[in-house]
Amino acid sequence: MFMTNGQVAARPMTPVVGRIRRRRRETQDTFTLEIELEKKRRFSFAPGQFNMLYVFGVGEVPISISGDPAESDVVRHTTREVGVVTGAMRGLKEGDYLGIRGPFGSAWPVEEAEGRDVVVIAGGIGLAPLRPVLYHLMDHRERYNRVTILYGARTPEDILYKQELGRWSARLDVEVFATVDRATRTWHGNVGVITTLIPRAPFDPKNALAMVCGPEIMMHFCVRELHRRGVTSDRIFVSMERNMQCAIGLCGHCQYGPHFVCKDGPVFRFDQIEEFFSVREF
Amino acid sequence: MTVQSITQSLAELRFFKDMPREHLEMLAGCASPVAFKKGEFLLLVGHEATHFVAIREGMVALEMEAANKITTLQTIGEGSIVGWSWLVPPYTWHYDARAATPVSAIQFDARCVRDLCESNPAFGYDVLKHFSHVIVERLMNTRIQLADMYH
Repeated sequence: MFMTNGQVAARPMTPVVGRIRRRRRETQDTFTLEIELEKKRRFSFAPGQFNMLYVFGVGEVPISISGDPAESDVVRHTTREVGVVTGAMRGLKEGDYLGIRGPFGSAWPVEEAEGRDVVVIAGGIGLAPLRPVLYHLMDHRERYNRVTILYGARTPEDILYKQELGRWSARLDVEVFATVDRATRTWHGNVGVITTLIPRAPFDPKNALAMVCGPEIMMHFCVRELHRRGVTSDRIFVSMERNMQCAIGLCGHCQYGPHFVCKDGPVFRFDQIEEFFSVREF
Repeated sequence: MTVQSITQSLAELRFFKDMPREHLEMLAGCASPVAFKKGEFLLLVGHEATHFVAIREGMVALEMEAANKITTLQTIGEGSIVGWSWLVPPYTWHYDARAATPVSAIQFDARCVRDLCESNPAFGYDVLKHFSHVIVERLMNTRIQLADMYH
């Protein structure tokens, strides 16, 4: 039995088969797979959740869902080749099959954010787990106050979802600021670390809710800047990454203090994990 | 612009927001409004640091030429300061600063500000504290950039 409402299924360890409908190169080392499920099964998830993707004969990895939560006929995952399984995944072609378990984990607080200024902060491929939130915010724009997207990447060539960022930044009701670490004069945008965008971003720190996703070191510095602006830990949400294997809180590989990242996370309210965050080798 | 109107403009910039009015007025006595066209240089590496600039509008790119390639190290915008080498001997610029867009700014005579710092230690300490933030922030940003954190 597969899950259709964002809840964990009755048989969460059993994958269903998915077929790659489309494969898209995003940047030099990232790609998006558009997967349709066997027997035209529908799929629903909450923004922030992840699936376990199984490359047959190679292995299984957790990958955030990066598609639109409003679509149910396709599952989208953007990932980067970082190991054996994602390397094999990159080699898959349109029409190839893989196994899927999910969706698992906690979600971004899109309902709690209603009526507030929303600040979405993403670094590198961290934009992928936040893209479902952005689709949701755009689809229900009237429910939110100011919406600001801050995005940092290594170079202009590493910017993910360029067309969508361009489309969102063209909207009058959304502010998009992108910055890169390194650039030549052909890039006309911001250069510098993503934290430099936070002091200038247009949001009211007393009312804002921030969702942050990227490498832990980046989230560490972003949270520090958000605190400096006056955003409190109970209105900052981060997405954590650990070695998730069973995805249902049984195996313990992703234990993070009293939490299992696969089950209690990956999205945490920052005050839930503040005491462990930034602790060396924790 | 009068000293009073420059003082008011400084008070509205993020960098000066917690500086006492008295000190802003002293700084304003060394300042004048200035505009840079897109592509114009505010500072050039190796040149004497005779001035520094507070950006009111626009974006400035801090650049460095290395291996025959011009690399943008950082861009800075409204409310930020361009230049701190005027404060530390030998008072020469370490990088280029180019207007990436049309820039409206307030330019300060570095010698005038240094002389005031020498003659009025309270003012000098206040200026130093504010510029320490710029130096620390640039150092931190460079360290984070070196961490290559997106990979």
